Amino acid sequence: MVSEFSRLEWKQFVRSTYWQKSVALNIFLIFIALYFILVFLGLGVGLFPILKEKFPEKDPFNIVNQFLFYWFLADLLLRFFFQKLPVMTVKPLLVLPLKKSRIVHYVLGKSLISFFNFLPLFTIIPFGLTLIFNGYEMSPVINWMLLLVIGTQIVNFLNFIIESKSASTDLSMLPILLIIGSLYLLNHYQIITLDLYLSNAVKWLISNSLYLLIPIAIVGVLYFVNFRILIGQLYLDQGLQSKDTVVSSSDLSWTNRFGASATFLQLDLRMLWRNKRPRSSVFIVMIGLLYGLFFYPNPIYQSMQPMYVFVGIFVTGIFLINFGQFIPAWDSGYYKLLMSQNITYRDYLQSKYLLMAGSAFVLFVLSIPYVYFGWKVIVIHFAAMVYNIGINTHVLLYAGSFNRKKIDLTQRAAFNYQGTGAVQWLVGIPLMLLPLGFFYLPYKLVNFETGIATLVALGILGFLFHEKLMKFITKKYIQTKYNMINAFDQDN
Amino acid sequence: MINATDLTKKYGKKTVLDIPSLEIPKGQTFGLVGNNGAGKTTFFNLVLDLIQPTTGNILNNEIQVDKSEDWKPFTSAFIDESFLIGYLTPEEYFDFIARLRGVNQVDLVAFLDQFKELFNDEILGQKKYLRDLSKGNQKKAGIVAALIGHPEVVILDEPFANLDPTTQIRLKKTLKQINDNSKSTLLISSHDLGHITEVCERIVVLNKGEVIKDLKTSDQTLKELEQFFAT
Repeated sequence: MVSEFSRLEWKQFVRSTYWQKSVALNIFLIFIALYFILVFLGLGVGLFPILKEKFPEKDPFNIVNQFLFYWFLADLLLRFFFQKLPVMTVKPLLVLPLKKSRIVHYVLGKSLISFFNFLPLFTIIPFGLTLIFNGYEMSPVINWMLLLVIGTQIVNFLNFIIESKSASTDLSMLPILLIIGSLYLLNHYQIITLDLYLSNAVKWLISNSLYLLIPIAIVGVLYFVNFRILIGQLYLDQGLQSKDTVVSSSDLSWTNRFGASATFLQLDLRMLWRNKRPRSSVFIVMIGLLYGLFFYPNPIYQSMQPMYVFVGIFVTGIFLINFGQFIPAWDSGYYKLLMSQNITYRDYLQSKYLLMAGSAFVLFVLSIPYVYFGWKVIVIHFAAMVYNIGINTHVLLYAGSFNRKKIDLTQRAAFNYQGTGAVQWLVGIPLMLLPLGFFYLPYKLVNFETGIATLVALGILGFLFHEKLMKFITKKYIQTKYNMINAFDQDN
Repeated sequence: MINATDLTKKYGKKTVLDIPSLEIPKGQTFGLVGNNGAGKTTFFNLVLDLIQPTTGNILNNEIQVDKSEDWKPFTSAFIDESFLIGYLTPEEYFDFIARLRGVNQVDLVAFLDQFKELFNDEILGQKKYLRDLSKGNQKKAGIVAALIGHPEVVILDEPFANLDPTTQIRLKKTLKQINDNSKSTLLISSHDLGHITEVCERIVVLNKGEVIKDLKTSDQTLKELEQFFAT
């Protein structure tokens, strides 16, 4: 039975247009995976000697155990954003002679072998082995390795519970940030020394192999909780169905001043507000705005002004990047309508441009309070905004013409992890790193002002060539029209 | 109005549509029938330039559809649910289409008023999004939206499917009225031979991508069609 499911998934994977069109992207992802494996492997091999050298008077094993608290916290946080419950299109399976529990067991079982659970092994095993080579007693170290593997699974299933509980709310990121944040702060201010408790618990647990049954039992309980949650959602009127919502209408007539693009602008605003997926990207903006608070007060970054550019691009561009990446997939559900209606492509794309550029401006205005951390911060934010409006908008619009992945806006959040994941974040990297480079060179070679001037000049240049660029981008979209229609017609 | 010449569509080696020549004059109500896979939707998609022809071309009012976009202002269609925007209310959707077609608010309200009977109080003023309407009501909204702005060419794929009997009868009435009152060219496909012979002046039967019959509708047409499909 499991092999049947696996075969289904494999087919779903390789037969999707997305895969066929983006082999290059997949290869890129494989390289990223290899990179992480190497990093973790390096950490596993190098950890012991490094700790020995830096803290000669302390026991490296102890240090690592005390650090485990942060390791698991970070693991949980990363998983929340990157790892999604292995999706299987369950609806067609419901009426087949399959036990529901089977379907759920398969979905959960598959998560056991996720990349996220393998990655830590590359650190855990080499580190454990170096411990043994360095004369640590064999059996506790082996227990320790096992314990960490089990711990990874605990985090794995804990994450799914948090995800499924928070997915149905709009502020889906709030619970996880609250949990992680409060645990971290409790520990940081020594209110409850969780890292010590955990390290003591680890020491006790590895002293006897039988004690490992305790964490295994925890995995069992978490698995069971997940099982109960999922099986409850396997009804058409539960997790698999979208609820009828009461209409919330607002007056959007102020957009009329944007002329021909106004019609689409209104459509986009409604799309953003009325669908769960895009709405969450609106909430990301709020978190993004606060991102500067992690950076600017920190004295370490005081001397690293180029990093401020990164923050500036991020703060003023977070909406633009989040939204822009999925142009025109946001409209994939009714793309055929748009293509046969009385519409010029130019107006359609122009409205997307206006929305992105407008968001950068609004976010810049909202970020003005950061002037508290020095006038340079706000100058950088301004330059970043100009760069975002002039360059990044066009880059994203152009990149959109390669978009072949449909987004189903109507799907409920519980089973809907479409289009999100590692790729989404990876695409953003060049958008943020390039301006960093454009600033850094003149900044290093000449001075701060020249760096700023370079960014602003590039932005203005993009703005001046807006018409030309749009013409070029529009042409590209028209060229790929049939492929796009075909791809958006498919379910995966 | 619509002229297809040497039109073929192939997927790999399989020919799904092969029409050497087909001419649909202005103002005609044109019906397309055929079993599944006969090529009806393919033909409509080609007229709307949603797929590319393998050979040949289609002229819509002398404009080659895959070369220029100038046919869009006077052409509209409702093929399937993907022509609806799920997160809009029917009112907003009609408004959206009306704006694209350059129809003002007042005219739109007057236009929608004609369809009161067809809507049966289930479309307008419901405070529901299109995606939450039943399949039948979605279809009604889509068909009416396709008629906004009196386009010269209207393409409806299977307009009668999913509709309740009352609505089917009302829709037939509406379509006949359109044909009587305006010079619109209507392209309709259907599996319901009764409905289509009642509405259309001319019926073309497609089979495996080829035109098998081209009939001017008369009292005998329904019988002839039934006989054809029975064998």
